[in-house]
Amino acid sequence: MTLSSLPDVAQAQAPGLPRRAGLGLKSEHFQQVLATLPDIGFFEVHAENYMVAGGPLHHYLGLIREHYALSLHGVGLSIGGEGPLDHAHLARLAALVERYQPHSFSEHLAWSSHGPVFLNDLLPLAYDDATLKRVCEHIDQVQSTLKRRMLLENPSTYLLFQHSSLDETDFISEVIQRTGCGLLLDVNNVYVSCINHQQDPLAYLNALPLHSVGEIHLAGFAEDADSLGDRLLIDDHGAPVDNAVWQLYQQALQRTGPVATLIERDNDVPAFSVLHAEARQADQHLLAAAVHP
Amino acid sequence: MNRHEQFAQALLTPGLPCPDGLFSRNGADPASRFAVYRNNVHGSLINALADSYPVTQQLVGEHFFRAMAGLYIQAYPPISPLLHDYGSDLADFIKGFAPAADVPYVADVARLERLRISAYHAIDTPVANPHAVVNQLQQLSSLGNVRLQLHPCVATLRSDYAVVALWAAHQTTDPVARLDPWHGQSALVLRNGLEVEVFCIDSGCVTFINSLNNDWPLEMAMAYALDAASEFDLHQCLGLLINHRAITQIKVHP
Repeated sequence: MTLSSLPDVAQAQAPGLPRRAGLGLKSEHFQQVLATLPDIGFFEVHAENYMVAGGPLHHYLGLIREHYALSLHGVGLSIGGEGPLDHAHLARLAALVERYQPHSFSEHLAWSSHGPVFLNDLLPLAYDDATLKRVCEHIDQVQSTLKRRMLLENPSTYLLFQHSSLDETDFISEVIQRTGCGLLLDVNNVYVSCINHQQDPLAYLNALPLHSVGEIHLAGFAEDADSLGDRLLIDDHGAPVDNAVWQLYQQALQRTGPVATLIERDNDVPAFSVLHAEARQADQHLLAAAVHP
Repeated sequence: MNRHEQFAQALLTPGLPCPDGLFSRNGADPASRFAVYRNNVHGSLINALADSYPVTQQLVGEHFFRAMAGLYIQAYPPISPLLHDYGSDLADFIKGFAPAADVPYVADVARLERLRISAYHAIDTPVANPHAVVNQLQQLSSLGNVRLQLHPCVATLRSDYAVVALWAAHQTTDPVARLDPWHGQSALVLRNGLEVEVFCIDSGCVTFINSLNNDWPLEMAMAYALDAASEFDLHQCLGLLINHRAITQIKVHP
């Protein structure tokens, strides 16, 4: 598949995520969501949380799915792993896709398992030909198993590899061109990585294959410092979206047009109304991007 | 050793140096940045265990729990991306953990918390209506060939300590009257609809439920229960199972 023949991601899979702001679905908000049915574009869940036999998680997700579009976001497939993909895990993903018919499935450009051990973090990859070949093979396998196009999320990283031979943006472009997958543009990750690696976030953004963006993620980060005392940003999903990330988001929307946008919050989860207010803020930017393309 | 092997080992083992071949654009020591990944791995896994074992953590204190969990993670890192299963054998680890030897009841509280997680996520199976169960049982002429099928969420726990009272005392913010952990209790854990419930039951009731789960007929389960505890009260135990929707089916074999 060539770049020019890639279908627009929003039309690639009917029905596609609505070009609205969405929220991560938290179990502590299940009942409030069902009772009030807030005006939210979609909900996103981590696939692994729902890989359980039964009980309240499936009960509530099933009910909420009747009212909302759904994005299924994997955090444990280890697409960049050196070994083969975990067949059992892929089968569990396929079962969830079949059960909930999500509007989107996404995973990360990262690895999290090695051998039998699962490390529970999105770990960085060296960008070379061997990794490129492996990642593309794994994405092909995911897309053929799930019978759908997936979105690949750009990572946040804290370190670089001496033997990387490709820029991250070139690596991502090549993966998308070879596999036909879409891009989950995590604007917070762009900002975090660019600050950590002394790069210009806008230049990084411009180097990404933005025509393939099927979803955007926004989140907050934590501040740390490295051995030189330089800013080291940690992608912890534990704070409101930073102003710098909102600005970068608007610049991204100028290039992509309105795209389904998730407010991610996984730690120190506030009241639903606080998250809803952030979603409304994203909706306003989406509206502006639609009016002034 | 391949790259991810070295990276993974350095992540899991705090004493190991930062892997080769890494750098920071600003020239900072890569170890100071590798530490972020190490902290993420350990911190997130310790948090996962703390989420699964809140009362266990309260009993030993946060500092003790996090230190113990850190050692557990080094010894038994997860082998599946399904973190709700992670630490299912933490109680065994605690039992053999020398610094926790003077609070031997903590391991059993951890077992109880694990049973609650299993019940919460247990497969959905239709349960019998309590009135229908009572009616059906009343109409039976003999219990000898009757089997009660329990919901897959139903589990019991025997302890030499007051495991239910210890757990219950941490479900409320009210001040608790002095609690004596040094007497045995047994627990029944089940999911009633969407709610996981915990009951203190006697030894006869434990035997009765375990016998039903082993597919013994009602009559045999009763005999085993009376054998275990002569004061076993069938009506009370059966009432508990019926009213909390733990019975899925009554099977009568001629």
